[in-house]
Amino acid sequence: MMDILVYGTVNSISLALMALGFALVYGISRVANFAHGALYVVTGFLTWTLFRAAELNYVLSILLAMVMTGLIGAAIYQFFLIRVRGMSISEIIASYAIGLAILEGFRWGGFKGMTYTLPTFMQGSVILAGTPVDYHRLLVVLIGVGVVAFLWLFTHYTRIGLALRGMAQDERAALMLGIDSDLMAVVAMGFGSMLAGLSAVVLLPLGNIVVEKGYDVLIQAIAVCIVGGLGSWAGAVVAAFIIGYAQIMTVMWWGAHYQMVVALLAIIVTLILRPSGLFGRQKELEERV
Amino acid sequence: MRDEQRRKERLDRGIKVRADSLYALMSWRELSYLTAPRLLLIVGILALPFLVPSLYWQRVISVVCIYALLAVSFDFLAHFVGLVSLGGAFFIGVGGYISALLNTSLGVPPLAAIPIAALGGAVICTVMLLPCLPLRGVYFAIVTLMYPLLLMRVIEAANIFGGTDGIMGVESFPTPRVEEYFVIGVMLLFLFLLRRLVNTDLGLVLRAVKDNDQAVKASGISITLFKALGVFISAFLGCLAGACIVHIYMWGGISLFALDFSILPIAATVIGGGGTLVGPVLGCFILVPISELLREFGTLRIVAYSVILMAFVVYRSEGIMNYGQRKYHQFERWVKV
Repeated sequence: MMDILVYGTVNSISLALMALGFALVYGISRVANFAHGALYVVTGFLTWTLFRAAELNYVLSILLAMVMTGLIGAAIYQFFLIRVRGMSISEIIASYAIGLAILEGFRWGGFKGMTYTLPTFMQGSVILAGTPVDYHRLLVVLIGVGVVAFLWLFTHYTRIGLALRGMAQDERAALMLGIDSDLMAVVAMGFGSMLAGLSAVVLLPLGNIVVEKGYDVLIQAIAVCIVGGLGSWAGAVVAAFIIGYAQIMTVMWWGAHYQMVVALLAIIVTLILRPSGLFGRQKELEERV
Repeated sequence: MRDEQRRKERLDRGIKVRADSLYALMSWRELSYLTAPRLLLIVGILALPFLVPSLYWQRVISVVCIYALLAVSFDFLAHFVGLVSLGGAFFIGVGGYISALLNTSLGVPPLAAIPIAALGGAVICTVMLLPCLPLRGVYFAIVTLMYPLLLMRVIEAANIFGGTDGIMGVESFPTPRVEEYFVIGVMLLFLFLLRRLVNTDLGLVLRAVKDNDQAVKASGISITLFKALGVFISAFLGCLAGACIVHIYMWGGISLFALDFSILPIAATVIGGGGTLVGPVLGCFILVPISELLREFGTLRIVAYSVILMAFVVYRSEGIMNYGQRKYHQFERWVKV
């Protein structure tokens, strides 16, 4: 029972971390970034390259990799996606194609197998109410809570954060108030990519860096955002906990194969029953006939 | 002081009367002008199996036609019903599995199993997608993207229908010639039927559902019914393609739900020109051979068509066919403003 509680919490926070970048870009700014999973994997391999191949300091390589991913995300937007801005289907297809090209490019370039790992931040583990938890997983929880808090403050109290929200709510009004929506979309994309990078460097030391993770991360991020409702932080966090616990419970009772099935079913069921999600208020009438 | 400006003037050729589909023909020359491109396509595709050298490339032609069917079904659903489905693999997988199971466990011969699988698969897909029909735009796209992934994971996790190994020993077509001409014939037939369908009253209603569903509702027509019909037609073509492909590869497995089948038809449609129905076929004839040439480089082919797809979506969303039709049907000249 404690297993479920502890690992459920860790899994939920991991999901929240994966989804935050996507939630910021798609939920808050209405810019579809279906290359999210690819950027996650990109950061993993960048960190690996900087740390193992270029033999830089671990912290330095993590920071560098995150900044580089942010720049890559912003560049993808500035050079490609900006042309299809506002055409949501084209945005999805184009960004998904970019993500696919990046992921399969890695696979073609030989980045596959079990050889790519990153060290955990802290060694050792602690016994929590009879369940062993390693320090790194505890750190994941701390970082996750910190990032959620930071993002909430960021989108509610800083000029850029408010601009991002304003743009999603009413682009014309935002333009009239002097918000450069193209620039803001680039910023959102860069920032969201950095968050994808952050979740990658925090979560990847727990396993191998493999290309398949890119697809899984994208699906899980979409699941969290859809279930929680686009544009709602509280919804995203609650959804992360619902899906996180549901995943851990299915894994315990039915087997590890079903972990992704939970996320996929969550997306489909939510979209059918309540497309605006648990807490999303945006666009409910527009999207359903 | 040369500040004169020029603009391009476009004039329709004289044979068009009032509408895009009405022509007034005055001579054999004008008749041939209209029929030549169509005949070229039909005769060209029919002759293709004799023109290519090796058995391998004949097989590629069959695969092209499979993808073409799927791409046409995507184009129909996206541009004539207004539902963008990112889950072509869903149709392929359902049709493929049904046909493979019919063949291996009940011993139904391929030419009988394929139509049964297409119809049965279409019914299953339509029923499964029925709850999603009220969704519009992005949400329908996301949900359809998830369906094949879900089925793939369920088959993998529950280890049903052969699990990750798939279904072995599916019977192939009687001869390679039968295989090629069956697939080519089916593709041309349904291309023709769909082009007919979209100009009938039914097609009109479907397009109205796409353009303004509230108006359709106000006319007392059930949009869910017509959307379901559109999905059924599209799923029928997709399942047909899936049923053919298991008999071509003599194997059915979870790779039927793979991304290839979702992405390549979309790429072909975007390249060929959406909303023309012929464009996607042309797109497949360009993309699938490229992808086959790159097969020895592994996943580079996915990179190749993803990049092509992205480039066309972003920079040339019109597509070859729309561009070609414009050039073919209109005179262009520069005039001074």
